[in-house]
Amino acid sequence: MSAKEQVDYKILHHEALSENVFMLRVYAPEVCRFRRPGQFVLVSVDNDYGERIPLTIADADEKEGSITLIFQRVGLTTTLLSELAVGDSLASVLGPLGQPTKIEKLGKVVCVGGGIGVAPMRPIAKAFKEAGNEVICILGARNRDLIILEDKIRSFADQVIICTDDGSAGRKALVTEPLKELCEAEDKPNLVVAIGPTIMMKFCSEAVRPTGVPIIVSLNTIMVDGTGMCGGCRVNVGGQTKFVCVDGPEFDGLQVDWDGMMSRMKAYSGQERKMLENHQCNLEKAAAELEARK
Amino acid sequence: MQLGEGGCRAGSAKITMEHDDTSKERLDSLARAKWAELGGSAEGLKPAERLRIPSQPMPSQPADVRCKNMSEVALGYTETMARLEAARCLQCPAQPCVSGCPVELPIRDFVKAIAQGDFGGAIGLIKEKSLLPSVCGRVCPQEVQCQSQCTVGKALKDVGKAVAIGRLERFVADLERSSGKVEVPAVAASTGKRVAIVGSGPASLTCASDVRRAGHDVTVFEAFHKFGGVMVYGIPEFRLPKAIVESEVDTLRRMGVKFRSNMLIGRSYTVHSLLETEGYSAVFLGTGAGLPHFMGIEGENLVGVFSANEYLTRASLMRAYERGRAATLIAEARRVAVLGGGNVAMDAARTALRLGAEEVYLVYRRTEAEMPARREEVEHAREEGVQFHLLRNAKRVLGNERGQVIGLECLKYELGEPDASGRRSPVPIQGSEYVLDVDAVIVAIGNGSNPLLQQTTPGLEFNKRGNIIADERGATSIPGVFAGGDIVLGAATVILAMGQGRRAAAAINEYLGNCEC
Repeated sequence: MSAKEQVDYKILHHEALSENVFMLRVYAPEVCRFRRPGQFVLVSVDNDYGERIPLTIADADEKEGSITLIFQRVGLTTTLLSELAVGDSLASVLGPLGQPTKIEKLGKVVCVGGGIGVAPMRPIAKAFKEAGNEVICILGARNRDLIILEDKIRSFADQVIICTDDGSAGRKALVTEPLKELCEAEDKPNLVVAIGPTIMMKFCSEAVRPTGVPIIVSLNTIMVDGTGMCGGCRVNVGGQTKFVCVDGPEFDGLQVDWDGMMSRMKAYSGQERKMLENHQCNLEKAAAELEARK
Repeated sequence: MQLGEGGCRAGSAKITMEHDDTSKERLDSLARAKWAELGGSAEGLKPAERLRIPSQPMPSQPADVRCKNMSEVALGYTETMARLEAARCLQCPAQPCVSGCPVELPIRDFVKAIAQGDFGGAIGLIKEKSLLPSVCGRVCPQEVQCQSQCTVGKALKDVGKAVAIGRLERFVADLERSSGKVEVPAVAASTGKRVAIVGSGPASLTCASDVRRAGHDVTVFEAFHKFGGVMVYGIPEFRLPKAIVESEVDTLRRMGVKFRSNMLIGRSYTVHSLLETEGYSAVFLGTGAGLPHFMGIEGENLVGVFSANEYLTRASLMRAYERGRAATLIAEARRVAVLGGGNVAMDAARTALRLGAEEVYLVYRRTEAEMPARREEVEHAREEGVQFHLLRNAKRVLGNERGQVIGLECLKYELGEPDASGRRSPVPIQGSEYVLDVDAVIVAIGNGSNPLLQQTTPGLEFNKRGNIIADERGATSIPGVFAGGDIVLGAATVILAMGQGRRAAAAINEYLGNCEC
């Protein structure tokens, strides 16, 4: 272990995967060393005034001691993250957090990834494949440009099904359609793993419920500490309050109170929008000032 | 710093004359007059004369001002006030105050030094026994510890008139810190043995200091990005300024204690891997009581219901009170109900006022006499306009169609017959339900223990409540693993945690002296 109080979480690679989706490779040797599929980190861009947000670990490079984070620019912190460059550092990376996915040989596993949910889904799907399962991946997005990591998924999956809302790639369908077909077939899967927007995970759960196929979902709720201390991430699962950070992030999709979770996720949306608008306003002001100086 | 215009009701509440002018200037001039009357010395005063010296109130920000800022409420004694207050001490040969202190500070002797104006001598005496005097002087429940035993308080039949030991402790500790000449404790020659301390709250910091002093190589692992545990995430700035905690941590740094932030033991290194593969010979677990209890009532997961931990962490550690600057957000609640009667409940209620709530209700199942909070915090909360709903309990949280809190249904209680312990426990009055119109509910009914260590440390024994089982010296079921503070005690106080950290450090130093590690 180094003698430094905090690792310098340097950004080694920064790439825009689409207009609002970004990939960062960040130096975080201990997270890299201990992470397992299904786990996440909490990151912050400023230790005094920053916010701690959970991001799933999409990949890791042990030689480099780095982890890969893929995120969508939606709020203030993801916007600030997207504005960082190679050589900049994150203020904090805490992890790995959460219970790792239980990987076992089951037979056939269907992994559904919606939008950037493909990023956390990939290491899980890969681990199921390596454990000897037949792995079918369903990737969904609004359009072709928003499908991420397709090549990487194809490199190990037995079958890949692409769905887009507008039909610009693969089937013009929601991911629930092929999922339902697979689960209703005679040779039904032994497990479904669905990761993506909350509403997608909800409908995937509803789609498989009548078929009797078990479904695991990975929840991405609001968190502050990520270690079980605040309870901000709590969600009702099977009538019990669970903390996503320590009890999850994975739960039985059939037991999750989706509507309760969705309303909790909107808790700060009004304030968040204001913060983001302020930030954009300041950026525009700064740009205007620069322009004026020229 | 000035916060937004809140609906702080202070001033409309009944405030006694005594509180009307608590400015340092006025209280100091009163003290100076009295001190001059005594001839500028407390030497040779008779006990009856000492008992006649008025108890020195704490200078503080006026309630209507302080409830709009985050700055510290209590401003601290001046030199004259401190010497005058110390002159009230009768110097009892039996030192009952010392037996009331969990770390057995030499109270009588440091108070005597203060009365004589030997402030350096006083802080030296305190630091032989306590690592965090600026913290303890502020947050210890003195009225149930040292001050409850004080002969002066007993003679005047009012524990509130006991010698203000905590304020005196704070005075000399602050004086030392502001002089910039904080003495760094001596460290013995290196033993080459490494000790991991998990968590950085009061138990851990105390343990780290004592183990380091014995010459061992100490590393503190903290999950947050800042050190101090509950002293930085829980206790608000207006009660314990963060700069004080930071300076205490700095002293440890200067002693050579190493700190690692963003490290959650259990998910990265485990207790076993620290011992078996990372080269540590002993581990101290001071991870605290970090799992908030909820009431288990209907509507508890609605938007607008927070654990006090979440609310205070957002406000304190993440500085959400600096709206517009801090990225971490906090509810913009106008009417807030806080459930509980402890220090954390008071902290949450007073923070809500400072964040602009118009009405803050404190809902507590028993009466004020049973409140576990420090007296001073209860008084401060009331002065600032927190409204107490005593002998009341939350029954369910009411929400709208968007899942947001719109009210809290409460049930009234009355005191029943005394139970086996002689305490009259509250019993609900059937049909007494009423609704508090609130848009946020903060649950401050205590904390359990975080399950992470239990899940990831085979062989470590826990009790039914999830607390680590440790003997009186902190030794656990695993050789070389020691524990102390709230993870052993359940939710307790800073000073009890420090006492445990200290005893565990002695046990660790002895263990390392004897083992072949």
